[in-house]
Amino acid sequence: MATAPAESQKTARIKITLNGEETDVSFAPYKTLLEVLREDLGHTGTKHGCELGECGACAVLLDGKPVLSCLLLAWECDGCSITTIEGLGSNGRLHPLQSAFANLGAAQCGYCTPGILLTAKALLDENPHPSRDQIREALSGNLCRCTGYLQIFEAVEAAMVQIAEWKKPGA
Amino acid sequence: MPNPTESPAVEVVELQLETDRLRVIGVPRRRVDARAKVTGQTRYADDIFLPRMAYCKLLRSPHPHARIQKIDSSRALAHPGVYLVLTGKDLPIEYGIIPVSQDEQALCLDHVRHVGDPVAAVVAREELTALEALDLIDVEYEILTTVSDPEEALATPEPRIHDYGEEGNIHKRVNLEFGNVDEGFAEADEIFEDFFFYQGNTHLPIEQHASVAIKDPEGKLTIWSSTQTPHYLHRALAKVLEMSPAHIRVIATPNGGGFGGKSDPFNHEIVVAKAALMLDRPVKIGLTREEVFYCHRGRHPVLMRFKTGVKKDGTITGMHLQTLIDGGAYGSYGVASTFYTGALQTTSYHVPRYHFQACRAFTNKPPCGPKRGHGTVQPRFGQEIQLDKIAEKLKLDPAELRLRIAEAPNAVTANFLELGTVGLRECIRRVVKISSWNEKFRKLPEGRGVGLACSAYLTGAGLPIYWNAMPHSGVQLKLDRGGGITIFCGATEIGQGSDDVLAAIVAEVLGVTTFDIRIYTGDTDLGPVDLGSYSSRVTLMAGNAAMQAAERAKAMLTEAVGARLDVPKERLRFADQRVFDSAAPEKGVTFHEAVCLAEARFGTVGTVGSYTPPRSPAQFKGGGVGPSPTYSYSAAVVEVTVNPVTGWINVPKIWIAHDIGRALNPALARGQVEGSVYMGLGEALMEEQEFRRLPKRLSHALVHKFPSILEYKSPTSLDMPEIVVELVEEPDPHGPFGAKEVGQGPLLPIMPAVANAVYDAVGVRVDEVPITPEKIVKALAEKKAGRAPRFGPTYFPDVDWPEPLRVPPPWEGGDGRAVNEVRRSSSQRKEKVLRT
Ligand code: FES
Ligand code: FES
Repeated sequence: MATAPAESQKTARIKITLNGEETDVSFAPYKTLLEVLREDLGHTGTKHGCELGECGACAVLLDGKPVLSCLLLAWECDGCSITTIEGLGSNGRLHPLQSAFANLGAAQCGYCTPGILLTAKALLDENPHPSRDQIREALSGNLCRCTGYLQIFEAVEAAMVQIAEWKKPGA
Repeated sequence: MPNPTESPAVEVVELQLETDRLRVIGVPRRRVDARAKVTGQTRYADDIFLPRMAYCKLLRSPHPHARIQKIDSSRALAHPGVYLVLTGKDLPIEYGIIPVSQDEQALCLDHVRHVGDPVAAVVAREELTALEALDLIDVEYEILTTVSDPEEALATPEPRIHDYGEEGNIHKRVNLEFGNVDEGFAEADEIFEDFFFYQGNTHLPIEQHASVAIKDPEGKLTIWSSTQTPHYLHRALAKVLEMSPAHIRVIATPNGGGFGGKSDPFNHEIVVAKAALMLDRPVKIGLTREEVFYCHRGRHPVLMRFKTGVKKDGTITGMHLQTLIDGGAYGSYGVASTFYTGALQTTSYHVPRYHFQACRAFTNKPPCGPKRGHGTVQPRFGQEIQLDKIAEKLKLDPAELRLRIAEAPNAVTANFLELGTVGLRECIRRVVKISSWNEKFRKLPEGRGVGLACSAYLTGAGLPIYWNAMPHSGVQLKLDRGGGITIFCGATEIGQGSDDVLAAIVAEVLGVTTFDIRIYTGDTDLGPVDLGSYSSRVTLMAGNAAMQAAERAKAMLTEAVGARLDVPKERLRFADQRVFDSAAPEKGVTFHEAVCLAEARFGTVGTVGSYTPPRSPAQFKGGGVGPSPTYSYSAAVVEVTVNPVTGWINVPKIWIAHDIGRALNPALARGQVEGSVYMGLGEALMEEQEFRRLPKRLSHALVHKFPSILEYKSPTSLDMPEIVVELVEEPDPHGPFGAKEVGQGPLLPIMPAVANAVYDAVGVRVDEVPITPEKIVKALAEKKAGRAPRFGPTYFPDVDWPEPLRVPPPWEGGDGRAVNEVRRSSSQRKEKVLRT
């Protein structure tokens, strides 16, 4: 058998905080964050629909901000904190966005869902009470071919109410 | 709770009502696969990673039409990390979804027919290595003349793209006459003749196609693939690989969107299967977005001529429809698509005489196939715009016109389609009401307008793709001692919620929750055949099969529990995870106990159910396309604003009523309607699969104009209007709990409703999609110049039609058969001999 090509040699290495856990990973240096998450770290919840920054399916949070993981080289993320869909819930419970999406039909095929959930989380973290137009604007880079978006907007709004409830003093 | 001493008779009645209440069906619910989807745990095909897995890439033709003279793969094979290179001679057997058009090869042997046709495959340790090695394969091509559209195909019989079909580059011609339309036109007060063009567009599922194949530990083949039709892929693999289907397992992974685009057996699926068997290691392929655009199988571009005769009161006296269809380079579903461009014209309005002629041509572009609404979307666009023109001429309100001519429930149409419930009138009434149509139509200020259109769609194709007498859907149920229920079914979850439909039906019948049920679907080893997620068939067909299996299990449990409790069977009820006496609800057993009692009495509790559609009276050749157990209906009103200077068009609001029979899960049903409206709006305003010729010096190839998500425009969250959805629920006896389809029908009225609204807004007709600002501006310029205020085609080319097949409609004493035999041309005879 032929010798392994240079690309398969995992010569790059970074240390990141992945969903709250310190993580070391070695990978071939040409790989994007998307590829490293899926192929080298086994986090396949992050999806892809183009690998060109056009569909939004690969969105993750990098230090709390939504980024397209297909456009980032993994080695650029050294030292960063990354949140993927696998880390959205906590203590065995779904994030309010996840429950709302599940309950209100906002995930049909579910393929755009991880990217949309993380983008929506970034929105609600920054602006706890977005208007419908602000939700539309925030999600305009995430394509969904199934839902027609309306149930997604409704789910984000329902989660917004739920989170506000939680934050009420005494709640 | 009423006092039992007061009035026992009343109490029993009330209790029965309470115990008979549906607990699952009709209640908006979290779908069964929702948690997996919102936590990223759903495993799509590309999420499968296996030890020792190799990667496959396909070398695709850069030429739209050429002969392959020579392929030399020695340099690629020598590239470090490459395991295998396959070419056409490794997989020479032809396949295709439709038995009469087995015209594809997994890797082209000697003839490439469109840019993107695969000619070789490299399998390597790394995906990047495989990609590099593609450049090391040397292919010599002899360039052939290309055909870019159907008119060119009619004028260019040579060189032939395929050596089968009608003649030259004509794939399929249809000529069907149901009654004498000329007599119909003679009776008419007005005759309308209009031309329409529907541009092609594509599915654009966010998940790109992917497959992983292995030689399993026993030496058999397993393939996981993003396919909507595992059963048909199973058949194609068995054929091309010359293996017994019993030694092949196809697992359709949940599709990240399908919309018809994953319904053909694909070359890449066959290639990875072959490679895995040869290498004895897992082989994966994931298509790039550009490759998905070139796989296509999307909406056929169709040119149409509609000639319709009407009485002054709107009654249709006859209709003549001609369609010219751009098929692209392969058959795909094309024969069916061709018939579908004329099959459903009679299902919404009464058409007493109908003449339908269709012609599908081969062109050197990626093959067209089924997209949501398969073949019926294009003629629906024409028909509904023409009705708008008819209403205006007759000075009738378009809604009123449609109410007058709407077809009756349980009617048999001129082309022998048997309708079930017809909620069309109710849909129209509701949409008129909720949209305040009467206050808006022809009353809004210049630049604002409303348009109305309706549609009908199949609830499952009445015939299978290949002829056989077996059921279209099967379900097995296993009830276990733990009180668990497992459903096994070949149905495929493509996002539409088919798993949820099956679980809901079984849960309702057996009185449990959907959480108590496990579901294994889309796996040819585990479940009985379901033909696939296409033609809106799953809810009705797999749903009825599930219902039958559940009823059979219920009968076993009823007998066992009845004997134990000494309660007559008819008094037993299944609800809230219990089986109990409806006359004394506290007397009962848990569902878990009921299963144990049944197992003790009968042995292992397992049941099966299956569904076969009723036989259609349409027995003429071609009558197999169109029949369905029942049809759904929709009516939509679209509001637009149009800038009279720039032609910029905006859609602020859409109202739609859909006759669904019964919504099994209203949350999902509304999602299907909204998703259909969204997709229809994309087709109406922006989506187009367009091709252009590269300049001569750059190979003159026919390439996709925008094979990327960025440039293939589709609506974003910013473009979505408000949508008001009304579900019309009149249970249809054919469907489980009365359900009809909802996944495709609501797309159909959107495009013509947009066109009609543009006319209401600025007085110009755009008789083709997409309806772009540019076209509106051109039509406005025509209007200003005093010419016909429209943009669209102006003629239908001459086609050498075969002699019509004459099928007298039911009211002329017809029995569903043709009164004349069609003469077969010699090439057809040859085709028949070759293909059987
Ligand atoms: S994969 Fe499409 S934007 Fe990253
Ligand atoms: S749910 Fe399918 S793409 Fe969004």
